[in-house]
Amino acid sequence: MVKLLLILNFIAMPIYELPKLPYELDALEPQISKETMEYHYLKHHQAYVTNLNNLIEGTKYEKMPLEEIIKNSDGPLFNNAAQTWNHTNFFLALSANPKARPDGELAKAIERDFGSFDKCKEEMTKAAQGLFGSGWAWLAADSEGKLSVMPMSNGQNPMIKNLTPLLCIDVWEHAYYIDYRNRRPDYITALWDKIDWAVIEKRYSDR
Amino acid sequence: MTYTLPELPYAYDALEPYIDKETMTIHHTKHHQTYINNLNAALENYPELQGESVDELISNMNLIPEPIRTAVRNNGGGHSNHSFFWKILSPNGGGQPSDKLATAINDSFGSFENFQAEFNKAATTRFGSGWAWLVNENGKLTVYSTANQDSPLMEGKTPLLGLDVWEHAYYLHYQNRRPDYINAFWNIVNWNEVEKRFQ
Repeated sequence: MVKLLLILNFIAMPIYELPKLPYELDALEPQISKETMEYHYLKHHQAYVTNLNNLIEGTKYEKMPLEEIIKNSDGPLFNNAAQTWNHTNFFLALSANPKARPDGELAKAIERDFGSFDKCKEEMTKAAQGLFGSGWAWLAADSEGKLSVMPMSNGQNPMIKNLTPLLCIDVWEHAYYIDYRNRRPDYITALWDKIDWAVIEKRYSDR
Repeated sequence: MTYTLPELPYAYDALEPYIDKETMTIHHTKHHQTYINNLNAALENYPELQGESVDELISNMNLIPEPIRTAVRNNGGGHSNHSFFWKILSPNGGGQPSDKLATAINDSFGSFENFQAEFNKAATTRFGSGWAWLVNENGKLTVYSTANQDSPLMEGKTPLLGLDVWEHAYYLHYQNRRPDYINAFWNIVNWNEVEKRFQ
């Protein structure tokens, strides 16, 4: 019996898995190196997923959608759930051949709420550079579709303010230290070249 | 008076293999220097605050004018913490404390090993950027951690030992393996300096 349980336990699938990326780990070079991706995605992101699975096992959170866990938890569970979600949102918005500017509904909203696309990028850049310590810069939409930019510490995510996250810039040092050392501004400038606005457009229309 | 970067009491490569030369160089000449530059800039229009030592400055955060309080907390904390950190490290460090500090650690934690385990836990579980500390709080020794560059001095505690767990402190050498960096740290703790702070 014990043996059977052990086997069942062994073959049980983890609830959350590292998402597949639509590009190779070296696809974002030279802006983001393969080595950074190997640590950031295969180690850091994986660790958040593994910790999340361990924390929810056998609890009421096991059957909750990830977004609900994020909105209804704190401490290590919140940290690992939010960081699992944040990194998926981050990596899936990057591309080797990104669409450089948004069109359509999102482009109009950006113009309306920031004045221009360049102003929007400027605000995001400022939020990302100014965040002290570890965290993220976010572009988010409210229920009316109005856009705003905010820096948030550690694992924090606009969802906790009832906003829909659209785009994020990871400014934990692990996101850029191998490639850029202390030069966070250089990393942010480079990252813009890899952000795929086609993905952000879709997130905005799907919200 | 403006704040200036204190010299390291050893060479940049002196703490190898536990902390590598490149990490020490960037940590000291870039990160620490940036905190000092930002602190000086914040205090530029407040000459009355410029004569104090950085430790005095951050020990009374309620006296810092509101417009520059966050800048002083982050950058004054960063300057104080790093100045402290360089001094409690040594290429001839490691081992265990002696005399009064050894007794106090035994009294507070049961044993040196228990203390180390508690300190390691504080350093490992600090989420994001921050520091793990051994502090003296009215004669009682405790271990805890602070976020970002918050210093125990800001809450009336005297730091005795501190470990920087910002990723910039270990990423070039240890990458995501923070526990390996924490274990290595014990080989370079300058217990003489820690004991001095306990007098």
